[in-house]
Amino acid sequence: MAAGNRPLSPHLQVYRPQISSVLSIMHRISGVFLALGIFVLAYWLNALAGGAAAYADAVGLLGSGPGKLALFFWLLAFCFHFLNGIRHLAWDAGMGFEIEQVIRSGWLVLIGAAVLAGLLWAGLIAGAGA
Amino acid sequence: MSLRSPLARALGLGAAGDGPAHWWSQRVSAVAMVVLTSWFLLSAVNLELGNPGVVAQWLAAPLNTVLMILLTGTLSYHSAIGVQVVLEDYLGGWVRVTGLLVSQFLHILLAAVAIVAILRIAFGVR
Repeated sequence: MAAGNRPLSPHLQVYRPQISSVLSIMHRISGVFLALGIFVLAYWLNALAGGAAAYADAVGLLGSGPGKLALFFWLLAFCFHFLNGIRHLAWDAGMGFEIEQVIRSGWLVLIGAAVLAGLLWAGLIAGAGA
Repeated sequence: MSLRSPLARALGLGAAGDGPAHWWSQRVSAVAMVVLTSWFLLSAVNLELGNPGVVAQWLAAPLNTVLMILLTGTLSYHSAIGVQVVLEDYLGGWVRVTGLLVSQFLHILLAAVAIVAILRIAFGVR
């Protein structure tokens, strides 16, 4: 393989960001971020299996200021990845390829993710605050 | 003089040929994730999450145990094959090989750790 030092043509930096390209890279970034969330899911489940004291520790950690902030960003990333994933599945089924449709579904995903994350967060906080 | 014959050096340098299977696995697991995560979040919103007894009781119900194990396994699988593509895109050489190994092992480890916790809750409560 003669890879490594081959020159690259300019790509990312010469294009104006568009809803299509920005959401594409956001899907990847949110996916990697969500992968890290598996640590939190495993931690939460183990705390629950560990009994009341272990669970109280976990609630204390996840319910702290930074913990809540991180959890909210995970929820936001999830809502985006969830909705944009459905958008991708629609494309895989051959639907929604017209430029106007792509732009509209892109904004729909962005707004929908923010609204969905807000609603779920309100519901989760109400249950966790007890 | 090398241990490898000229033929062995020339063979197997093309595409691995497992692209379509990987593509389908990502989509099929995505569909499963839509269903499983919807179930989980709708359940979580209706749960008193601050109360371990209530959460454990909910998770110990057989249907919830099964769905949570499926969610954990599917999540780990969907994540593993997704992260694999990202690593393959940006890393090369030994760093890529090491990254892929660490990612695969961690995904399987976390899934196992989470599933054992679910089973402990399922068999420990009631």
